[in-house]
Amino acid sequence: MKRLNGVRLSHRKGTAASHTVRIPLPEQVTIPMLMNMGAPCTPLVKAGDTVSVGQKIGDTDAFMSVPVHSSVSGTVKAAADIKLANGNTCKAVTIETDGNQTVSEELKPPVVHSKEEFIKAIRESGITGLGGAGFPTHIKLNPKTPVDTLIINAAECEPYITSDHRQMLEDPDSIIDGIQTVMKYLKIESAIIGIENNKPDAISLLTQKTSSFPEITVKALPASYPQGAEKVLIYNTVGRIVMEGQLPSDTGAVVLNVSTAAQISHYMKTGMPITERRITVDGDIVAKPCNVFAPIGTAFSEVLAYAQCDTEKLKKLIAGGPMMGACAFDLTTPVVKGTNAILAFEKYSEPTVTNCIRCGRCIKACPFKLMPTEMEKAYQKRDVETLKALKVTLCMNCGCCTYVCPAGRKLAETNQLAKALIPRN
Amino acid sequence: MNILRISPSPHVKDSMTTQRVMLCVILALVPSVISAGYYFGFRAIMLIAFCILSCVLLEGVTRIIMKREQTIGDMSAVLTGLLLALNLPVTLPFWQALIGCFVAIVVVKQLFGGLGQNFANPAIVGRIVLMLSFTSNMTTWALPKYYNTLKDSDTFVTIGSSKILTGATPLVTGDASYKDLFLGNVGGCIGETCALALLIGGVYLIIRGIISPVTPVAFIGTVALLDLIAGNDVIYNMLAGGLFLGAFFMATDYVTTPITNKGKLIFGIGCGLITFIIRQFGSYPEGVSFSILLMNIVTPYIDRFTMTKPFGAKKEVKQK
Repeated sequence: MKRLNGVRLSHRKGTAASHTVRIPLPEQVTIPMLMNMGAPCTPLVKAGDTVSVGQKIGDTDAFMSVPVHSSVSGTVKAAADIKLANGNTCKAVTIETDGNQTVSEELKPPVVHSKEEFIKAIRESGITGLGGAGFPTHIKLNPKTPVDTLIINAAECEPYITSDHRQMLEDPDSIIDGIQTVMKYLKIESAIIGIENNKPDAISLLTQKTSSFPEITVKALPASYPQGAEKVLIYNTVGRIVMEGQLPSDTGAVVLNVSTAAQISHYMKTGMPITERRITVDGDIVAKPCNVFAPIGTAFSEVLAYAQCDTEKLKKLIAGGPMMGACAFDLTTPVVKGTNAILAFEKYSEPTVTNCIRCGRCIKACPFKLMPTEMEKAYQKRDVETLKALKVTLCMNCGCCTYVCPAGRKLAETNQLAKALIPRN
Repeated sequence: MNILRISPSPHVKDSMTTQRVMLCVILALVPSVISAGYYFGFRAIMLIAFCILSCVLLEGVTRIIMKREQTIGDMSAVLTGLLLALNLPVTLPFWQALIGCFVAIVVVKQLFGGLGQNFANPAIVGRIVLMLSFTSNMTTWALPKYYNTLKDSDTFVTIGSSKILTGATPLVTGDASYKDLFLGNVGGCIGETCALALLIGGVYLIIRGIISPVTPVAFIGTVALLDLIAGNDVIYNMLAGGLFLGAFFMATDYVTTPITNKGKLIFGIGCGLITFIIRQFGSYPEGVSFSILLMNIVTPYIDRFTMTKPFGAKKEVKQK
């Protein structure tokens, strides 16, 4: 078996021992109607409406989307456009909290007898991939091809982030229950939990917890970035290669983030959709790095204030990890379903860009053996044929090439721009 | 409240920079600089300092004239000057060395767009131009201070006020001991004679991950194999001449050699083959420089045919 390359990063997981604490309820939340990969929802509420926790406040008929629920009880102030961290504009519902956190009366555990009902229930739960990308989970769980293996992504290969790690330590039973639920309805025979070996406590706990379930195994993986990338994880756990143009399910594998699995269990038992999430707060100006539970829609500033971040010094604010996270341009940026970390920095590296010296480090670092430097040259010439031959569309934007480039070139960024030149068939 | 900085991911970067790569290579050449000073005396150090200074000045001035951003800080000009000096005989007049520096930095490097854009190794071309222009000066090999087997063919040349003993390269004489060859106690370019110093530097670069072992192993291995087949003294031919200097420090230049390991293998074998052919059949005693230059020229073609096969990529279906 080949070893997929990548980079060794300093883990900086200083929050691994920090027990998750619920932050004080914010005075208001702003819940975007687009928190998943795909289509946005339309608000179902208007200014002045009273809402309760778990109440559906946004939905759509679009295939690639999930409904949005209120994370608080209170009064709707507005449903206006906001700009998201990724630059997209969407409608967002702003709710003034009443402090009671009254739970919606409509909520009850879903009654599920078949795969179809299960998929429908998962859609209603509003669950998207909690690892960051936000792929709607009900679509992932409904592949067109038969699936025999469930892979649980607990690699958490990005530096700083420990929210999945805390999920495993604090609530391993939900994870296992979630896995069993998915296995039951999708008729999957075996599940593998892939964990990077820098989390030995999580590995031993889950190994112990799954010891009576032979169909679930725990696999320790080398702590090398990007171990948690879907295709990399599939290859390193079951040795299957997701070919160009294929979906992971075409290899018979479905990959779920570990927190997503726990969320599925949580919803099936209580009927409570996803209204809050676990977030790692860290960075050089965060005085009290920690893990917190924050309601969806909480402004980053509230979370940072809880972690005693000196926002006067703030220069760079990242939603997610330092390798693939997106820069937030505003402290009012709301927490969304995929926000696994909020990182606040005063110091950040911004290398000066110099000529490529053809050292080949980007090629050696690329997990998929792509040639970032060649793709950059082809992109500069807008040479679509060469870009196709170099398979630029396989790039997953893991950032390893940019990370290692001694000339400070923005290779990963260029790859994304180059991808846009390739016509889709 | 400060204005927040927005940039695409990743937001972190490892500590490796172009400057650091160059400094590592310069550090790896320090043992060779020491051996040059030890065997060839103060003038060798002067020649090295002169070439480095000339290269840096020439690069700085050229960048100013071309109205481009200043690049002497990346240390590549220092490295070019150092490599060129190590490829020169200690007796070479300074003004001739300056011509070599000019060819290397101005003609080969800057006129093609500076670091990363040149198609041939600047130091190699500098050396070759000097070789063809001042053949007798470039092939007058001062014998090391500690050389103790004087031969009839050895002669004295006068440089300034001192007389320096000169003789033929061990590649021609064929009578040096392995020990002298390994330690550098033979005539030759100031940086090429001490195989030990070059080996230390080369191994350091491989361990640091700066260079790939593929090129030097393929280069030296090919020469050794062909010498074995031809019935030559394999170890002697490996240690004599500029093979180690070329294989570890010139054939591993990032800019002018193939980018993938497969390409580096082809490059190394090609260099070894051409070196052997020139040494065995050519009229020049040494062929390392020419072999690297010739392989530099075919590097774009090697690159084109040694592209990586990406993980999960489907085979291209040829369309007519």
